[in-house]
Amino acid sequence: MSPRRTDTGGRIDRLKTIRFTFDGVAYTGHGGDTLASALLANGVTLFGRSFKYHRPRGLLSAGVEEPNALVTVLKGEVREPNIPATMIEIHDGLVAVSQNRFPSLAWDVNAVNQLGGKILSAGFYYKTFMGPVIGPLKGTRFWMFCEHFIRRAAGLGSAGSAKDPARYERMNAFCDVLVVGSGPAGLMAAKTAADQGARVVLADLEPRLGGSANWSGETIDGAPAADWVRRTVAQLEARDNVRLLPRTTVWGYYDSNTLAALERVSDHKAQPAKGEPRHRYWAIRAGSVVLATGAFERPLVFPGNDRPGVMLAHAAQRYANEFGVLPGQRVVLFTNNDSAYRSALALKQAGAAIVAIVDVRPQPSAEMSALAGEAGAELLSGHAVVATEGGKALSGLKVQRFDMVAGGLSGDARSIHTDCLLISGGWSPTIHLASQAGAKAEWNAGRQAFLPPKPTQKWIGAGAFTGSFSTLEAIAEGSASGLAAAGGTGTPAALPAFEAVPGDPDPAPVFEIRAKGKSFVDFQHDVTAEDVRLAHREGFVSVEHLKRYTTLGMATDQGKSSNIPGLAIMAEALGKPIPDVGTTRFRPPFAPVSIGSLAAERFGDLKPERLTPMHDWHLANGATMYSAGLWYRPMIYGLSGETVEQAYVREAKATRESAGIVDVSTLGKIAVQGPDAAAFLDRVYTNMFSTLAVGKARYGLMLREDGFAFDDGTTWRLGEQDFLMTTTTANAGKVMQHLEYFLDVIWPDLKVHVTSVTDEWAGAAIGGPKARQILAACVTGTHVDNATLPFMGIVHGEISGVPVMICRLSFSGEMAFEVYCGAGHGTHVWEALVEAGKPFGLVTYGLEALGTMRIEKGHVTGAEIDGRTTARDLHLDWMLSKKKPFIGSAMMDREGLVAAERLELVGLIALDNRPLNGGAHIVEEVDEANPHGSIGHITACCYSPALGRHIALALVKGGKARHGTRAHVSDPLRNRFGPVEIVSNHFYDPEGTRMHG
Amino acid sequence: MLITCPYCGPRDVIEFTYQGDGNRERPEPASQNFEAWNAYVYDRLNPAGDHNEIWQHSGGCRAHLRVMRNTLTHEISSVAFVRGDHASPARGRAEDKP
Repeated sequence: MSPRRTDTGGRIDRLKTIRFTFDGVAYTGHGGDTLASALLANGVTLFGRSFKYHRPRGLLSAGVEEPNALVTVLKGEVREPNIPATMIEIHDGLVAVSQNRFPSLAWDVNAVNQLGGKILSAGFYYKTFMGPVIGPLKGTRFWMFCEHFIRRAAGLGSAGSAKDPARYERMNAFCDVLVVGSGPAGLMAAKTAADQGARVVLADLEPRLGGSANWSGETIDGAPAADWVRRTVAQLEARDNVRLLPRTTVWGYYDSNTLAALERVSDHKAQPAKGEPRHRYWAIRAGSVVLATGAFERPLVFPGNDRPGVMLAHAAQRYANEFGVLPGQRVVLFTNNDSAYRSALALKQAGAAIVAIVDVRPQPSAEMSALAGEAGAELLSGHAVVATEGGKALSGLKVQRFDMVAGGLSGDARSIHTDCLLISGGWSPTIHLASQAGAKAEWNAGRQAFLPPKPTQKWIGAGAFTGSFSTLEAIAEGSASGLAAAGGTGTPAALPAFEAVPGDPDPAPVFEIRAKGKSFVDFQHDVTAEDVRLAHREGFVSVEHLKRYTTLGMATDQGKSSNIPGLAIMAEALGKPIPDVGTTRFRPPFAPVSIGSLAAERFGDLKPERLTPMHDWHLANGATMYSAGLWYRPMIYGLSGETVEQAYVREAKATRESAGIVDVSTLGKIAVQGPDAAAFLDRVYTNMFSTLAVGKARYGLMLREDGFAFDDGTTWRLGEQDFLMTTTTANAGKVMQHLEYFLDVIWPDLKVHVTSVTDEWAGAAIGGPKARQILAACVTGTHVDNATLPFMGIVHGEISGVPVMICRLSFSGEMAFEVYCGAGHGTHVWEALVEAGKPFGLVTYGLEALGTMRIEKGHVTGAEIDGRTTARDLHLDWMLSKKKPFIGSAMMDREGLVAAERLELVGLIALDNRPLNGGAHIVEEVDEANPHGSIGHITACCYSPALGRHIALALVKGGKARHGTRAHVSDPLRNRFGPVEIVSNHFYDPEGTRMHG
Repeated sequence: MLITCPYCGPRDVIEFTYQGDGNRERPEPASQNFEAWNAYVYDRLNPAGDHNEIWQHSGGCRAHLRVMRNTLTHEISSVAFVRGDHASPARGRAEDKP
């Protein structure tokens, strides 16, 4: 048995031995241990180094509020930093390391920072790096010089860069009553609400439900409180209307009683079960909420209060009673209230010697004096601890007479030999969720604490959360709140029997003992009482400024233990009562949340994907797929040994020489139908559609209301009142919403119905000099000659027994056709086309070749219709009808949108015959050392097989006026500079003779 | 935030798309009143309190809803179809029932 482990007692499984390592040293613990309790049992007192001064730090607490003992957990290559050791359940093979130390935890070179305490005071960074100009390393330049060293020395654990292979889940839950916290109040609330038939969810961030009942040592219903917990939990577990969520931190309280919670599903296991996620994010919608979140014990502020061995009183009680671990052998208690006396007694019963109880109050009650006697402790009333001694572990302390009214110390300091100092500065209700829900906390002078206010949402408080710190009150309030939350009218079951424990819940209003030495308020961010006073002297008196200037309460623990002492010290400096200083509002999350759980199934193998009907064919035929939004599209069909560029050049060349086929099923397709369909399209598109003949298609352009270009595509008139609109792949959803908005909100009188049919049609575009011959070879039921199927004509026929619709239109610039069939027949028709194309040298081509041919033709896509360009910028002004108003027509002629200096679409040819880069700037005169004077940028680029040059499309000031002139690319990030010629965006076959045939 | 769609019932806000200030008035399509167009495209009320908003139930029935939402508390005081002839949308549903 380890040196500090008690022989009996506690809720750990002594028969089960678990092996783990901390900083490379192998240790053992027991089932039910946290990393903190297991290390403490092994005699480890040093857990980390502090943020700024690199002071040695040990355990302050036993729970989620722990500011000192933050460690990094390693799982293979993945490292997760800044986890409180108190929240890690040990498992076989757990690997944890300490943080913020170099080269080792015991011997840290940066501990020298302690000597420079005055220099590293509050506002150090502002003063040093934004200060007066002195010498060459001034202001921000000095910062840039020092930043690397400071960032290395300050801070917490470092995040890893390995990909996290863990799975995360999101779950929605609905319940009548959500109970947060499973202490006596929460358990009673859950039980009472469940008895009323309500659907109940009970969440607690600890692995073991029961809260303080697990370690208080009290008696409920004639048995140890922990046994009552076990019985009650077992009853709840057996009920259909109750869901228990241990290891679940409710971290956010949002509108409409929606709460966010994080369940740590498998962190405590060596291996998660099959299919089990690491974390689960719960979005819980609750009819009403019972907040039974308890309270945090506050530390007292005095010199040396951060030395390893100084611990919150209840935490020590918890280690002794719940984990069977004694934090020390010779214990001293330092308190301003009654609750700590019971902690002393608990440690005494567990086997420690209680040397002294130091109470700031001049006259503790007779009951407390009796408890001190029972604990065998010398009671030093009207005294305070003024110093601690020891290096990496506490060895002794000094006490002096203390006048709590005047705050003065007197008499000689007396030394006491001790290895464990328990401190208690009163309790602060855990009101974070109530504060998030929108309510402002109210100061209670008796409790010296902010108590939860009147609810602004449907929640009810119970137990220590409301400032009712006794278990007796917790049980009664829990039962009442459970009944009320369930809307119950019946009589709740009789309360369990509980004997009242003596003690006054109100502490003395003492937060700090002012004596020489560093007294810590915020342990995690190394903020001292003197820092708070410095902030006051320098004028940062508002609580919000205090927080930002000193970083008090801004560490990962969000000031759970430091907010109230910090506030009290500022209030004293200001000479104001605490409520007048105010408190900052708590914001989500209550405790750190894994980013993975928020992303959940939106990332990784559960992310939704959209596949075209021919997807499997593409894969089977060598396509390299490219993800475009949720879609996957073939990028190239590479032959073995081909580079991407070789592949697309071959595909584009073959298409222009014979024929190529590409999957265009991803294009957005919207059926626009009804008596007013044509009139509607006239309003939506800049050009006319009411004049379009049935059986013909037309290229259309849409603007936004503000006059900028929005989307383009072809629309086919299939019948008098029946149009098939196509949109770009990326904008399919947006265009649909745009149409629906206008039909529903602006023009409800128009009789038009729009339906998204993107997924109903499979589409293949087949283009090239041989394309018509290939169609002729496989299409039946219609001719495809020029008379039957002219440019922009539509015919219906069959391919291999499947009805198809064919429109002759071209994106590649070749004689080309789009063949549409029902999505279910996509692969069948595609294969028939590929088969028919074999004798003609048909190739399949992907997005790269598609992009290459469109750049050669100068067609625009989303890269050019980027929300900042107008129809004129893109040379599409010929499409702006003057005969009718349309969406955007009123705004498109504004001064700024017709200015001569706007960026216009042009073509570029690299004169140095080297590749161009998307996003590169264009300049008139290049200056590599001092890049400036951009006149535009490249939107798309490729090697053009048709021209044998590296070409690009660009948006350039002045545009057309610069055709034939020379400019330069200036791309300092990629170190690409060089001359280009500005030309028309129509590089290839500008007259369109190839596509008209 | 929950929005009670008159057709689908109470649904989470992630099912909806915000479609802007419901107080905007679009000028007649042929209007040449540039001030009116400018106000329609760019001016927004942005009140601290009740705000008349248009939301589309894009993850549901896709109807556009006029929602009165308090911008300070997110409290929703009324929801109705923007389109007048949707006024009795439950029509189809009610008639479906025997």
